[in-house]
Amino acid sequence: MTQASSPPAVSIRNVAKSFGKGIYAFRVLDDVSLDIGRREFFTLLGPSGCGKTTLLRLIAGFETADSGAISIEGEDVTARPPFHRPVNTVFQSYALFPHLTVEQNVAFALEEQGMARDAIRKRVGEALEMMRMGSFAKRKPAELSGGQQQRVALARALAPRPRVLLLDEPLSALDLKLRKEMQIELKMLQEEAGITFLFVTHDQEEALTLSDRVAVMQSGRILQMGPPREIYETPTHRFVADFIGDINLLDGEALPGGGVRLEGGTVLSAPHNASGKVTVAIRPERARLAPAGEGALEATVVHSAYLGTAMLHKLDLPGGGTFLLRQSDPTEAAPEAGSRVGLALPAEALRVLDR
Amino acid sequence: MNPQRFPFTRETSLFVLAYLYVPVVVLIAYSFNANRTATVWTHASLDWYGRILVNPSIQSAAWNSLVIAVSAATAATVLALLAALATRRAFLGCGASEAILNMPLILPEIAVAVATLLLFVSLGVKLGLGAMVAAHTAFCIPFAYLPIRARLDGISGTYEEAAHDLYANRFRTFRRVTMPLLWPGVMAGFTLAFVTSLDDFLTSFFLAGPGLTTLPVYIFSAIRAGITPEINAISAVMLVVSVLLVSLSFFLGRLRR
Ligand SMILES: Nc1ncnc2c1ncn2[C@@H]1O[C@H](COP(=O)(O)OP(=O)(O)O)[C@@H](O)[C@H]1O
Ligand SMILES: [Mg+2]
Repeated sequence: MTQASSPPAVSIRNVAKSFGKGIYAFRVLDDVSLDIGRREFFTLLGPSGCGKTTLLRLIAGFETADSGAISIEGEDVTARPPFHRPVNTVFQSYALFPHLTVEQNVAFALEEQGMARDAIRKRVGEALEMMRMGSFAKRKPAELSGGQQQRVALARALAPRPRVLLLDEPLSALDLKLRKEMQIELKMLQEEAGITFLFVTHDQEEALTLSDRVAVMQSGRILQMGPPREIYETPTHRFVADFIGDINLLDGEALPGGGVRLEGGTVLSAPHNASGKVTVAIRPERARLAPAGEGALEATVVHSAYLGTAMLHKLDLPGGGTFLLRQSDPTEAAPEAGSRVGLALPAEALRVLDR
Repeated sequence: MNPQRFPFTRETSLFVLAYLYVPVVVLIAYSFNANRTATVWTHASLDWYGRILVNPSIQSAAWNSLVIAVSAATAATVLALLAALATRRAFLGCGASEAILNMPLILPEIAVAVATLLLFVSLGVKLGLGAMVAAHTAFCIPFAYLPIRARLDGISGTYEEAAHDLYANRFRTFRRVTMPLLWPGVMAGFTLAFVTSLDDFLTSFFLAGPGLTTLPVYIFSAIRAGITPEINAISAVMLVVSVLLVSLSFFLGRLRR
C-alpha cells in the first residue's frame, strides 16, 4: 500500500487525451487522476472502449497526453520516450519477436541496458525458471502454445525488473481454465516479485479477484476507485453498481429527510442525502424473502434456480421489472413459482445513487 | 475451380498453357540441337552451351549485364526501402508519392527511354555503363518497392512498440526488430529488380553508347544476322536464371518470418 514517506509508484495528474483533429476530435480520456502505491496490484476496469488501453499506453509512453502529468516513483516522465521509462508492458497480443528465440526475447531488454553477458545469462535463466519455461529457451515463439507465449511475455517484461509492470488484458486470449490458473499465478508472481502491477481488464470478476484496488472507468473517466469490497458493497455510481456483479436497480425519487418513493409509489426507508431522481440498488444476496403482505415490496416468483450453495429466485415486481434474490441457505423452504411473496430490504443494504 | 462444373475447363487450361509455353519449350529444345541451322533438328548436343562459354563478346555482354543489374538493383532496393519506410505513416501527398514511385510500371518504356536519351544528350551525360545504371535504377524501383511495402504492411507496429518498451531506442529498434523482420521483403525486392534489369532491352539499347552491349542487346544484334543455336542457348540460360530468381523472390516474399 501507499507509504506516506515515499512517492507513489505511479502518479497521474489531470491527464486528458483526444484522438483526431478539429471537428473529428474525440476525447478518450477526460481529466484522469490517480495514484498507485508501491507493490500494489491496481486494476483498471471498464467496458471495451472506455480508454483503459489508452491510459496504459500513456504511462508506457506510446502516446503523449494532451495535458496533465505522469510520474513514476516521483520522477516526471511525461516527456520521456518509452525507452527511457522504468516500466515494462505485457501486450495483449504478447508481441514476442518472431525472429528471436524465447531466450533472446527475454534477453532483449537486458542487452539494451548494457548488462554484462554472464549476468544476462543468469537473469534470463532465472526469469524463465520463474515462469517454468526453462526447457523452451531455444524455441521460437511460433512453436509455443498461447499459454506458453503468455509466460514468455511475462518473463520478458519482468526480466529487467521494472518499477511497474503494465498488463493490458493479458489473459483475454486464453481459454477459461488456463485463465483461472494464470490469475492465481499472476497474483503469486506479483507478491513474490514485489513489483507494482497495473492491470487492465473488462472482466469484473477478474478485477475483484486479483486486485488490491480497482478503478472503474466509463467513457474516459474514473468513476470510482477503491478496494474490491468497497467497489462491490458501496458503489457510488449507478454505472459501477450495474457493471459489477448482479444487482437490482429500482428507480424512484428522493424524499427530503431520507427515504425514496419508487416509481410504483412504494416508499422505501433508505438513508441518503440526495435529491431528485435516484436509483436504489440492492445486491441479490442482501434482500430476504418474507411472507406475502410483509416486507417493503410485493413480488411474484417467476423462476427459481438451485445453485448448490444457494437458490437464485427471479421475481416479477408489480410495477414491471424483475428482481433477483439469492437465498443463501438452499435447504430453507423455497416459494413455488407463481406464488406471491414479500421482499424484506434492510436499510443498511440499500444504496441510493444519483441517476 | 471444379472441372466437373464448368465444361472444357481442362481443355481451356491446357490450351492456355500450351499457348504460353510451347515457344519456350521449342527454344530450349533447339538449344540442344547439334545442327548449325537453328530450325533443323539433327541430334542432341551441348556444343552451343560450350561455345557461348568461350565466346568473348558474349562473355563481355554477360559481364556488363551482370554489373548493371547488380548496381541498379542495389540502388533501387535502397531507395525503395527508404521510400517504403517514409510512406509508412500517412502524410499529405503520401498517396501521390506512391503513385509517382510506381509510374514506371505504367509508362511506355519506349517513351521513357527516348526521353532519358534526350535528357542525357542535352545535359552532356556520357552514354555507357553509368547512364545505363542510372536509367535501370529508375525503372527497377517499383519492382523493389512492392515486395518491401507488402512485407512492411504485414509487420505489426506492436513489435516496434515492444522493442521501445524494452529500452531499444529508434535506431536500435530498426536494427534489431524492423530490419530483420523486413529482410525477406528486401531480398525479394532486390531479386525482382535484378531480373527486371537483366531482362531489359529498350533502355539498354538506347543508352548503351558505342561498343557497349548487354546480353539482350547482343541477342538482338546477333539475331539480325540469322537465328543461330548459340542464341537459343543464351536465351535458355537467361530464361532459367530468371525463372530461378523470380521463384526465389516469390518464396522469400512468402517466408513466414
Ligand atoms: N490511435 C487511435 N486513434 C483514434 N481513436 C483511438 C485510437 N486509439 C483508441 N482510440 C479510441 O479511443 C477509445 C478508447 O480506446 P481504448 O483505450 O483502446 O479502450 P479500451 O482499452 O478501454 O477498450 C475507443 O473509442 C477507440 O476507438
Ligand atoms: Mg483495450
